Amino acid sequence: MNDLSPERDNRIANLKGLGCSRKRVEDVRFTQGKGNYVDDIKMAGMLHGDFVRSPYAHARVVSINTDAAMALDGVIAVLTAKDLEPLGLHWMPTLAGDKQMVLADGKVLFQGQEVAYVVARDRYVAADAVELVEVEYEELPVLVDPFMALESDTVLREDLAGQTSGAHGERRHPNHIFLWEEGDKAATEAVLAEAEVVAEEMIYYHRTHPCPLETCGCVASMDKVNGKLTLYGTFQAPHVVRTVASLLSGIEEHNIRVVSPDIGGGFGNKVGVYPGYVCSIVASIVTGKPVKWVEDRMENLMATAFARDYWMKGRISATKEGKITGLHCHVTADHGAFDACADPTKFPAGFFHICTGSYDIPVAYVGVDGVYTNKAPGGVAYRCSFRVTEAAYFIERMIERLAQELNMDSAELRRINFIRKDQFPYHSALGWEYDSGDYHTAWDKALAAVGYDTLRAEQAERVEAFRRGETRKLMGIGLSFFTEIVGAGPVKNCDILGMGMFDSCEIRIHPTGSAIARLGTISQGQGHATTFAQILASEIGIPADSITIEEGDTDTAPYGLGTYGSRSTPVAGAATALAGRKIRAKAQMIAAYLLEVHDNDVEFDVDRFVIKGAPERFKTMKEIAYAAYNQAIPGLEPGLEAVSYYDPPNMTYPFGAYICMMDVDVDTGETEVRQVYALDDCGTRINPMVIEGQVHGGLTEAFAIVMGQEIAYDEMGNCKTGTLMDFFLPTAVETPHYTTDFTETPSPHHPIGAKGVGESPNVGGVPMFSNAVHDAFRAFGLKQSHMPHDHWRIWRIAEGLGLHG
Amino acid sequence: MSKKMQITLTVNGEAQDLLAEPRELLIHVLRERLNITGPHIGCETSHCGACTVTMDGKSVKSCTVFVAQANGASITTIEGISTPDSLHVLQNAFREHHGLQCGFCTPGMITRAIQLLEDNPNPTEEEVRFGMAGNLCRCTGYQNIVKSVLAAATEMSAAREAAE
Ligand code: FES
Ligand code: FES
Repeated sequence: MNDLSPERDNRIANLKGLGCSRKRVEDVRFTQGKGNYVDDIKMAGMLHGDFVRSPYAHARVVSINTDAAMALDGVIAVLTAKDLEPLGLHWMPTLAGDKQMVLADGKVLFQGQEVAYVVARDRYVAADAVELVEVEYEELPVLVDPFMALESDTVLREDLAGQTSGAHGERRHPNHIFLWEEGDKAATEAVLAEAEVVAEEMIYYHRTHPCPLETCGCVASMDKVNGKLTLYGTFQAPHVVRTVASLLSGIEEHNIRVVSPDIGGGFGNKVGVYPGYVCSIVASIVTGKPVKWVEDRMENLMATAFARDYWMKGRISATKEGKITGLHCHVTADHGAFDACADPTKFPAGFFHICTGSYDIPVAYVGVDGVYTNKAPGGVAYRCSFRVTEAAYFIERMIERLAQELNMDSAELRRINFIRKDQFPYHSALGWEYDSGDYHTAWDKALAAVGYDTLRAEQAERVEAFRRGETRKLMGIGLSFFTEIVGAGPVKNCDILGMGMFDSCEIRIHPTGSAIARLGTISQGQGHATTFAQILASEIGIPADSITIEEGDTDTAPYGLGTYGSRSTPVAGAATALAGRKIRAKAQMIAAYLLEVHDNDVEFDVDRFVIKGAPERFKTMKEIAYAAYNQAIPGLEPGLEAVSYYDPPNMTYPFGAYICMMDVDVDTGETEVRQVYALDDCGTRINPMVIEGQVHGGLTEAFAIVMGQEIAYDEMGNCKTGTLMDFFLPTAVETPHYTTDFTETPSPHHPIGAKGVGESPNVGGVPMFSNAVHDAFRAFGLKQSHMPHDHWRIWRIAEGLGLHG
Repeated sequence: MSKKMQITLTVNGEAQDLLAEPRELLIHVLRERLNITGPHIGCETSHCGACTVTMDGKSVKSCTVFVAQANGASITTIEGISTPDSLHVLQNAFREHHGLQCGFCTPGMITRAIQLLEDNPNPTEEEVRFGMAGNLCRCTGYQNIVKSVLAAATEMSAAREAAE
């Protein structure tokens, strides 16, 4: 059909399908305060749980006395490891193949670790009772430095004594978790040894935290009458939580219902299974009452789900002309007290081996050593695919360092090393198959948009003015070109606790031509109820406004692996399109029957099937839906529904070109971001408004991470950043303005060509902002300075370079 | 536990009499006792603004107000600013300009923005950014929130002029 009549355009517009900046359906509730978040859930007789937590980072638990707490009016129970042990629940398996204490079993390994769980009538009584639990500790030597942990005689994980191998191979020291390697080490060493130019650097990506505005929590409700457990909670992967809850508790999976209600942001924080969930379930089973547990902000920052903490030692080699010849990377990864990283099982360092970035690097090697320390467990993908922002930061810093060694412009160095458009699908030296890309076009567009040459000239003038004593502000230009790897993932190599990382969609068309679709994912602000309806609208010709999207209830939604790592659109989005196509296939048969022609004589046209060559004869999807329920059609079952489980053949590879400009005050260390330009290529664009919103949000999280946000410990293992006073979340005042742009290179293997975008701005934004700070001082010889670049640390850079006179 | 005291509040125009411990926080009284769950808890330490309500014509973070301090006060929460059939200009503006994502900060944001525009009906962008700085959002990067507030200000001014 290439009938471009306005009538047809109207029908397309009416669908609000792909490419439409449809307003969000979620907003109607949220703007009226009618969201339903976990802490909004109230049940008759509901009790409240609260934790006694360790003040020490490493100590033996000598005794726990709960008498005074139990004596307090309104206290129902105080659980300790001793109470959980008979159930086998004092420890639990982690997503990374390790195990983790649910409640302190003989010792504590990080500050804030869960020691006892108080159950009381309300949250005030629970908090009072927490104060009354007496715990006697005997302090042990603390290890907060992963390099020292690998040398130390202090053994953190005594429970692993004598185990010289773990879930990911050999352990060469009691505090060592694994060494994971990819690529050709010998060949890489050989190339580096012969190279004309080598840049070498230690790049630290500090520990931080996803810190969604809503903390983690749950309500567990064991109905002893019918033997059913219902668990409401902040779960980014509710179906996996159900399976894990069944395996841990022994309750059959059909007797467990897990519900993720509205979630107030996730960013990776809500992927893991936390002791609070386990204790709440046990408490509900023990008391027969619903039990709510919602962590406070301090608990959230101290105990659940840190991110990053990678020490990345890199060497990159090139010819004198700047052609990269090899890359070597060794990471010392601080995993904290338990290896609870949230990665696909076979990837203990996630997809860190995307660290060759957007460049055609012929040979590479990466090795990652995981190490135990006295810090909180976690290791989640904070607004990125698994360890991808670490990888992007690493390579984009190495590129800048190499440009310095070559005395070359780093924009040009990137250009001459980009994977060319004609090289896709591209096989990287570390084993990935990049599905598609057009990096040169995106880069040229970005450089032109910001007026790159003019900016460089302005910067050079500023340096001269600074040298003449006319200004105390330097100017940094932050460049970043990133390749994300999202949409985990192919079942053949991606699983979580053995569950393949497919996703799913189930569609029912109602007789009057509206529909409901349920998915295995769960929105945490991404707007799935809006955008998945758009995918479907374009596939099945029913207006998005007539399609309800439902997620998060394991009793009704098809099994899926959840929402993180930008996998919803690449995986569940694909399942949605394919389930839609099944609907369409049956609709075609119904239409042909109604029009009394052969199946092949009709074709789909926006919202109807028309007879080929005679488009005035048609049946709309509304008519077809009705017929599916009220006519006996020979050879067809009544009804119109479909389900699709989608196993992606490959990951998708969104990319982008980000550039910012920043003024840096040499005397105060203050910075001002004057301009941010972000070009994203996420393949087919479903809802440009939502994409832009995702990019703004991701850039702001990147800005936070680079400019001040960190989880920091002192040498005693005290967490120094346990409140929002110390943990930097930017406000509207310091957050920069953003300009967004795009190119569109559809994924060749995704049914609608979409790639995912929510995490790209964090992946690309971190190197952009950090490179800007470094770039401001490049003329004065700065090579590397660790994030976060807060005022104090920037002042110290200037001091170290002798710029304070 | 301390002795309970008699508290009188007007919440969204309705008189409320209740017994509460003086140490109870206003946010907990609203959410737990009165089932007003629009204002949220993001920190309980006065940093995030998710709990913002209007108390006697001022924006307050209700996690930083003891219910005893609120005795006798008139309080408006997100639930009190509109009805489903007739939304406040700011509610529509937030939807129109994509000023929210997960929605967790949104009730506090909108409640704060209403008071901001009450105090300063024609703010500059800088004044909006400054005036909203007590409310954190982790999802949107603020750009569209600021846009929403400015758009609502323009619309409300136009409506006022038309009425005059
Ligand atoms: S909950 Fe009141 S300011 Fe955060
Ligand atoms: S919309 Fe999620 S915190 Fe603001």
